[in-house]
Amino acid sequence: MLIHKKSDVLPSEITAHDVYVNRRQFLKAAGFGLAATAAVSSGLLSLSAEAAANIKRGQKISGFSKTAFGADEKLTPFDDVASYNNFYEFGTSKSDPAQHAGSLKPRPWTVGIEGAVKKPKTIAIEDIFKLAPLEERIYRMRCVEGWSMVIPWVGFSLSKLINWAEPTGNAKYVEFVTLNDPMQMPGVRVPILDWPYTEGLRMDEAMHPLTFMAVGLYGEVLPNQNGTPMRLVVPWKYGFKGAKSIVKIRFTDKLPQSTWMKAAPDEYGFYANVNPDVAHPRWSQKTERRIGSGLFSPRIKTQPFNGYADQVAQLYAGMDLRRNY
Amino acid sequence: MQPDKQQIAWIKAALFVLALMPLARLFWLGFTDNLSANPVEFVERSTGTWALVCLLVTLSMTPIRLLTGMTWQIQLRRMTGLFMYFYACLHFITYIWLDHWFFWEEITADIVKHPYVLVGFSAFVLTTPLAITSNRAMMLKLGGNWKKLHMLVYPIAILAVLHFWWLVKKDIREPLLYALALALLLGIRLYYRHSRSRALKPAPEVRLNQQH
Repeated sequence: MLIHKKSDVLPSEITAHDVYVNRRQFLKAAGFGLAATAAVSSGLLSLSAEAAANIKRGQKISGFSKTAFGADEKLTPFDDVASYNNFYEFGTSKSDPAQHAGSLKPRPWTVGIEGAVKKPKTIAIEDIFKLAPLEERIYRMRCVEGWSMVIPWVGFSLSKLINWAEPTGNAKYVEFVTLNDPMQMPGVRVPILDWPYTEGLRMDEAMHPLTFMAVGLYGEVLPNQNGTPMRLVVPWKYGFKGAKSIVKIRFTDKLPQSTWMKAAPDEYGFYANVNPDVAHPRWSQKTERRIGSGLFSPRIKTQPFNGYADQVAQLYAGMDLRRNY
Repeated sequence: MQPDKQQIAWIKAALFVLALMPLARLFWLGFTDNLSANPVEFVERSTGTWALVCLLVTLSMTPIRLLTGMTWQIQLRRMTGLFMYFYACLHFITYIWLDHWFFWEEITADIVKHPYVLVGFSAFVLTTPLAITSNRAMMLKLGGNWKKLHMLVYPIAILAVLHFWWLVKKDIREPLLYALALALLLGIRLYYRHSRSRALKPAPEVRLNQQH
């Protein structure tokens, strides 16, 4: 009987004869090719940092009232606000979120209320819109990287949502958790940060009338890349405190460790108050570049608490802000 | 492949035009208002990136010779090296002018206090003598010292990659690519240096290996 044993080497795996004969030549050419490709492709990479074009406009929000906040400020153009974002869940370059956040589905959306509350509950985003009268506030936003914007947010004071959540006496801090869904957020497939993104506030900071829960900007629902359907805005703190696309709000008695505190504790602290006198280890915080002012305009001076010191400085009375950065 | 004199002249002209493309692109994006929401950062990043690319291209001429035996491309090295300095100058000018508006106090503090700025600035300073001594007259004048001086390109390359590496906040993938390219280019040199010094020893099996 003839037993026909199949070769365990597939025909496709067999090196062609001429390649085998010329293997040294082949290795040389491969090395040469690799060196050249490495040099050229690395250069082309910077080409891909192209500015994002044609930002889609969102649905108009009806029935919000204007306020006096920031009435004297010059607004950062919508296209800049919606094309220059740090939202690592969609990639780490500034143009990534505008390009990739299309996969985020803002409806249906619920937010879970957990921890030190009378009763844990969830609330649908539609009901959040009806929780309190919506208002427009123009706030300055200062990023820890040394740039800033002026943004007309639509939303309500976070205190309204907190009162509805009914925290107990044990609630000393509030933690905000961003959506962590690799299907909707390509960036979380890469372990660049410890997902999900979390941020936190002390209770008195969270209850401060300036602390804002935004559901829109420029009179429209939040663009996906700006943290739709609901994001935190704390105007006297660096921008990374403003957790985006929030799915969970948790009340705790212990100081929560935020994502950036875990990633680089010597660079990012819990308070993250805008402070020109406390430098980031890699850059000074004395000045900032106002986005939208063009190629030929100098930096402007950064204000303590981002210019909101009158309203918030007393929250930190007696604290060493150098240590509590 | 060994291009003749005429062909080399054409290749050089083409390379010159090609190397100006990143600058032309910046002007084009500037005129069409496409330099992103943060144009200063964009120009700073772009000029820095292209300086690094020109540097890596310059450093790839010798590995190409080692791997293929081709030598004509060495004639392009001065031009790519000078383009590296050209983009590094644009990068530095963007930094002191558009970014900091000649606010020297702030610039000095930035260079002294922040390691990533310091290594970048050092790389730029170290490149200056190489650019100045890149012409034939200086080569002749310096003689054997010229080669020694131009060994500076290796620390410059390492500082330049570190400059990029330390700048990024968390996602090191892009600087990693440049670091790997540099490691490859330096690794090929080291490998050949090592195997050549081995080959110089009169060991019979080495001689056997050589006649492939």
